[in-house]
Amino acid sequence: MKRRLERAGGQQLGDSSIIKTSVRLLVPFVQLFGLYVIVHGHYSPGGGFQGGVALGASFILLALAYDLKTSIRHFSEGANALLANTGALIYTGVAALCAVMGGLFLDYSALDKLIPLGPIEWRSFGIFLVEVGVGLAVMSIMVSLFWDISSGGEMDEGL
Amino acid sequence: MKALALIATVITGILLLYGTRDFPAWGDPQSPANRHLSPYYIENAVAETHVPNVVTAVLGDYRGYDTMFETVVIFCAGMAVASVLRRNKS
Amino acid sequence: MDGMLQEIVAKYNYWIYVVLMMIGFYAMIGKRNLVKKLLGMNIFQTAIILFFVSTGVKSGGGIPILDKYKVLAEGIDPTQIVNPLPHVLMLTAIVVSVSVTGVALAVLQRIHREYGTLEEDEILERISE
Repeated sequence: MKRRLERAGGQQLGDSSIIKTSVRLLVPFVQLFGLYVIVHGHYSPGGGFQGGVALGASFILLALAYDLKTSIRHFSEGANALLANTGALIYTGVAALCAVMGGLFLDYSALDKLIPLGPIEWRSFGIFLVEVGVGLAVMSIMVSLFWDISSGGEMDEGL
Repeated sequence: MKALALIATVITGILLLYGTRDFPAWGDPQSPANRHLSPYYIENAVAETHVPNVVTAVLGDYRGYDTMFETVVIFCAGMAVASVLRRNKS
Repeated sequence: MDGMLQEIVAKYNYWIYVVLMMIGFYAMIGKRNLVKKLLGMNIFQTAIILFFVSTGVKSGGGIPILDKYKVLAEGIDPTQIVNPLPHVLMLTAIVVSVSVTGVALAVLQRIHREYGTLEEDEILERISE
């Protein structure tokens, strides 16, 4: 830690008001774009993995421009663990629900018995549900990987 | 040691380059990878799932198991990193 | 010699991947630093991903995002659309590569915490002490 402070001339690295202001303005748009990529995955290049990474990148950007504490204040550790679990659970839950409703595991058309939209529309909508789960899981795991690796597991100060 | 590594690398590269002589040329529509399964996906994905993006349709529906365990893999990676690095706060 | 040159020009994509793979492979087995080994593994994975994506190319083919109503009405000719299957497989491979890199970096940090170094021979020395 000491060496880094010396290199930055006593000032913490990234402690510049230009970077902070531009990141503060940029982060909402990055998050909006991430949501767009997840939701619009049916009609354009995109999907859960890509959108999740974009959403995670917005929090990583926050942690790089400010410090790790700021990004933890905006996206707490508890919420992170909760969202990662929720994401994995949405995927397996949708898959298991298909089996419970009388179809095969992961055969979304069986959910037609729950809400009648037509089996083919349900396959389209099932893919969307699954992508949301993937996006949530990827977002939280990316952020938690960055927190852990950049701070060495201390979660107090990162890069 | 470095010379040995270099020799092994060069031999592997030469063997692989020899193998590419039997490979299809760049952009061949009749290459083996393009003939068996993918025409089915391209022809039927839209009619069977109503998703215009074939990649999403294959990822989410036809290869749902693959993607599901993919999510499980990345979840396990997050858990593994947390358990390797984080120390007890107490 | 002329035949070989033609061979290279016709299949130059494979040559690029093999050269990339050789760089990664040499870094994996020839370098002593564990971080350099990890970087080599990432280069290796990139070579494999590029190779797979290139197998799906059809010359003159369009992107695999179709016009829904046109396809439902008229059907589609598969030779006009690039192969979507390698894209799907490599999408998942990229995610696996990110996970592997993350876990490997965590393990490297733990090794550095235990032994104070990331050079392979120094770590082996300290283990044998």
